[in-house]
Amino acid sequence: MTSAQIEIQLIACIVAIACAIPGTFLVLRKMAMISDAISHSILPGIVIGFFLTEDLNSPWLILLAALSGIITVVMVEYIQKTGLVKEDTAIGLVFPALFSIGVILIAKNAGDVHLDVDAVLLGELAFAPFDRLLIGGTDVGPKSLWVIGTILLLTLGLLIAFFKELKISTFDKQLAATLGFSPVLMHYGLMSIASVTTVGAFDAVGAILVVALMIAPPAMAYLLIKDLKKMLVLACIFGVIAALAGYWMAHWLDASIAGSITTVLGMLFLAVYLFAPNSGLISVLHRQKRQKIEVHLLTFLLHLQNHREKSERHINHLNEHINWHKVRATSVVNLALKNNMITIDDHIISLTEKGKIFTTEAINYIITNKSAAIEDMKERFFLFRG
Amino acid sequence: MSVQEYFSLVFTDYTLRTITLGTAILGIVCGMLGSFAVLRKQSLLGDAISHAALPGIVIAFLITGAKNSNTLLVGALISGLIGTFWIKGIITKTHLKSDTALGLILSLFFGFGMLLLTFVQKMPNAQQAGLDKYLFGQAATLVESDVWLMGGVMLIALVVLVVFWKEFKLQHFDADYTKSLGFNTRFLDVVMTALIVLSIVIGLQTVGVVLMSAMLLAPAAAARQWTNNLAVMIFLAAVFGAFSGIFGTAISATSNNLSTGPVIVLIAAFFVVISFIFSPGRGLLFKQIRHWKNRNDLQLHKTLYFMYEIAKTHQDISHPHAVKILNNFQGYTKNSLKSLADREYITVDGAMWSLTPKGYEKAINLYNQQDNLND
Repeated sequence: MTSAQIEIQLIACIVAIACAIPGTFLVLRKMAMISDAISHSILPGIVIGFFLTEDLNSPWLILLAALSGIITVVMVEYIQKTGLVKEDTAIGLVFPALFSIGVILIAKNAGDVHLDVDAVLLGELAFAPFDRLLIGGTDVGPKSLWVIGTILLLTLGLLIAFFKELKISTFDKQLAATLGFSPVLMHYGLMSIASVTTVGAFDAVGAILVVALMIAPPAMAYLLIKDLKKMLVLACIFGVIAALAGYWMAHWLDASIAGSITTVLGMLFLAVYLFAPNSGLISVLHRQKRQKIEVHLLTFLLHLQNHREKSERHINHLNEHINWHKVRATSVVNLALKNNMITIDDHIISLTEKGKIFTTEAINYIITNKSAAIEDMKERFFLFRG
Repeated sequence: MSVQEYFSLVFTDYTLRTITLGTAILGIVCGMLGSFAVLRKQSLLGDAISHAALPGIVIAFLITGAKNSNTLLVGALISGLIGTFWIKGIITKTHLKSDTALGLILSLFFGFGMLLLTFVQKMPNAQQAGLDKYLFGQAATLVESDVWLMGGVMLIALVVLVVFWKEFKLQHFDADYTKSLGFNTRFLDVVMTALIVLSIVIGLQTVGVVLMSAMLLAPAAAARQWTNNLAVMIFLAAVFGAFSGIFGTAISATSNNLSTGPVIVLIAAFFVVISFIFSPGRGLLFKQIRHWKNRNDLQLHKTLYFMYEIAKTHQDISHPHAVKILNNFQGYTKNSLKSLADREYITVDGAMWSLTPKGYEKAINLYNQQDNLND
């Protein structure tokens, strides 16, 4: 590996971590789309900053751009507060307007600006090591590494200092306000960090990858884990994995690094979405199917308990009476048999002692409306689940 | 070229006519369908779909190698639909919320599209310029067949809206009721989503991926301020959309270096701002005026009640009193005395005022019943 390669990977990893931290809170606060809005509406800030400083990595440009990100948030909130439109519409109105202003500013000054919208939106990580930071004539590393490294340290410092406040205001605004932490201050603090991070990262990786790195790793972590600290760590790990794997994929395919990192994130997310143990699609569908058949089983057992007469309990009659498809009826009967809840004697189904106890308890739970307790009961009675 | 010249040229110049017609039709389609997106609280779906369309466009290009826009649009349509249904899948099957789902699909699909774009750039015969226009939009590349396509989509949207009008209307205001009446809400949902995706896809090459969402939202958000009637709102949104398209094209055609997409979006945003401020029912200006008026009325009431307190100690309620004795009461001004006199609650004679029987009556009942000075 050459030193440029190491530097690129280092920048990618730091960007990933710096994005994952505010991203986790955005996802938890249901404000993920704000990151998309900020990533677009920093454009006029960047353009104006670039006119003034002529340097894409100047701290003034970053501040100006971050300010235009915060202005976006303020405008969205103002519009929302008027009650004229909903929050998502407000977001959708503000950022395209600001972005358009940015595009027009660039187009109007096309002659004197070496800045195009492609570069802002897409970014090019491969060029990041060429822009060096020189202090007193000595080369101390790529500029973007210093920029994003500073932002990461700032984010980490604020995260550690205000972790408790952030946590409470994220999950319970009223409680936070009662305890004396201003949720408004937390909100704007988080938004400022998100803006600064977006601006610091856009030059290296582009606005769209910033959005991907802010949303995808926390979303994956959220599907796997419910503890905030572990979620933060896991989101950072996912971000770093995607950054490294994405870099090498880009290297192997000779393609855009930002695009590869996003694609790796996409594949990781697809895997988590499908296979996450409790919240993944497969486990959700499996659980839904199981619950369905177990509800059918319960209905079936209740029916048996209500009808003492033999004619009502004949297999053919039950098929007709409950009006299930044959396949489902068979699987319900098999499940009941496997769990020793019924016996079949000459085509007549009757409840066993265990089946009777189960049915009685189940109906008690249903009557007293403690449906949550049913799961616990199933654990006790079932040898095999549906 | 000045704007007047532009409008005289619109009817004779082929290119200008095509572009203007194209953007106007696009505005109409987006306005109509955007109204539903806004009312369904799916405003940002448009943003996600337009980004999600990118990989489809690039894959269609890689497979066919053709720059024929219709082939690319089919690709965009397919990947837009996949993105939309994945978003729905994430929202319904996991605990992730809609904002996260939208952001995920938007950024992941777009990033994948960017990855694919690098392969296009490496193709020897590639003219990447053909794909670039989908990112930022180039209305100038519209040709007559594109306009026919847009017209076709507009016709389809109109027919579907007319046929399923009752169902859509019902579903947007009370989805559960619609379901309980036996309408197939899932089918209606799919139809509306497909229409929205279609309208976004045809708009991509005109205004581009990033600004497409505003095209969908802004006319509808502006129209919403003027009416509470769905049909009127859709009509107004179509009008706003069409005018944004026409004026946007006119302005960008008459000055150098202005791409059409951003100008159209800014015009649409201008309509939104105007509607937010000046709409009579919901607008901020009239709301503020009503607020001031209410505050004034309250002041008048207070003054009148204070006068009543003084007057009721006399046998003759119309006994004149000096204006001076009102001085220790903060709320009165010359204007407020005048408007009380105008309403015949008091008569003012020089430095003296006296309560009329009408004013006395009013003051007695002021805090007993919910009348106000207006009636």
